Amino acid sequence: MMNISMTVNGSPVSGEVESRTLLVHFLREQLRLTGTHVGCDTSQCGACVIHVNGKSVKSCTMLAVQADGAEVTTIEGLADGAELHPMQQAFMDDHGLQCGFCTPGMIMSALDIVNRNGNDLDEETVRKELEGNICRCTGYHNIVKSVQAGAKAMGGNS
Amino acid sequence: MYEFSYKNVDSVSAAVEAMQAADDGKFLAGGQTMLPTMKHRLASPSDIIDLGGIDELKGISVNAGTVTIGAMTTHGEVAASADVQNAIPALAKLAGNIGDPAVRNRGTIGGSIANNDPAADYPSAVIALGATVKTNQREIAGDDFFTGMFETALAEDEIIVSVSFPVAESAAYMKFENPASRYAIVGVFVAKTGGSVRVAVTGATPCAHRALRIEEALNGELNSAAVDAAEIPVEKMNSDIHASAEYRAHLVKVMAKRAVEACV
Ligand code: FES
Ligand code: FES
Repeated sequence: MMNISMTVNGSPVSGEVESRTLLVHFLREQLRLTGTHVGCDTSQCGACVIHVNGKSVKSCTMLAVQADGAEVTTIEGLADGAELHPMQQAFMDDHGLQCGFCTPGMIMSALDIVNRNGNDLDEETVRKELEGNICRCTGYHNIVKSVQAGAKAMGGNS
Repeated sequence: MYEFSYKNVDSVSAAVEAMQAADDGKFLAGGQTMLPTMKHRLASPSDIIDLGGIDELKGISVNAGTVTIGAMTTHGEVAASADVQNAIPALAKLAGNIGDPAVRNRGTIGGSIANNDPAADYPSAVIALGATVKTNQREIAGDDFFTGMFETALAEDEIIVSVSFPVAESAAYMKFENPASRYAIVGVFVAKTGGSVRVAVTGATPCAHRALRIEEALNGELNSAAVDAAEIPVEKMNSDIHASAEYRAHLVKVMAKRAVEACV
């Protein structure tokens, strides 16, 4: 067992993990942050996307020990109390989800897209950038709309 | 995943020592292939030696007509590098089409070429651009690095430090990708330097290789119609659920033509 500590959603946390513990399992099972989902075992679905040191990663494809000392942000870290993050609000307003299983990963990926591509996103960019996130409900159309609207709202002009 | 002993090191020499002390050790780069392989229990190393904390393996530099990329530089960093985009745009583009954004934020060039997946993108660039792979022990020519399916010239305790790519006059990479994994079903990298045109193919056969038949047909010219004259040996092509050998042989020519056209 190894001791690790990191900052998760702004708060320092630490825990004891096996070498093989995946970061997603540390978050879900030890920290009880169950917003981050596991949808596959092939690194393809993106339900587990979080940010590590400001970049999107698949937390099912990273060891918890590899995040020792890192800054981690999960879906739980976005809202400000009862006020949703603009990207969350956009998914709600534009029906960017049905069952919601893929949504945390979609939103964390969406924020990474905004970080790299800015607030004015065309549809093609969003579709290409969401290649690593799979949704089995929506057909993606409203997810793309939500990401575009959320990105705009983050820039201050919704 | 079976349990293993995890070692985090901060220098290449410490990594080598840890490997020599290990029973059945593996170096961990970005982990985007290694960890899924271990999750599926297709690999169960006794020791994982994480190279993620070694700063000397990271970074990109361009000088005297050469782009040098540290082994632990991620695909995302290569794709976003203004230096790489200016010097060898085809290389930046190749890196930007590996996997998906989250995978590109972890996966590294060193990990990709050391693993030498038959369908990986980077090996074609290493071969076609005539790159040199620098390790902690020696320099290996790109032509000699990839030795077979998932096999390379690397020794067990040898670590890639960086890969140096000579800047080409023009270069382009075209891949026909698997829509789920984004791996190349067939990928062709074409590079023109001086009077010669080099062509490398990935995805089509068990190991990325130089396409000498296509090079001969091109004869130093970026003329896509000339590709038609090349005979692609169907019996050497991979055949699997994604594509038959005949289809891959066909794709080699189609992708080669597109890459030649994109060079012009
Ligand atoms: S659970 Fe991580 S990609 Fe599917
Ligand atoms: S909303 Fe159900 S999987 Fe995307």
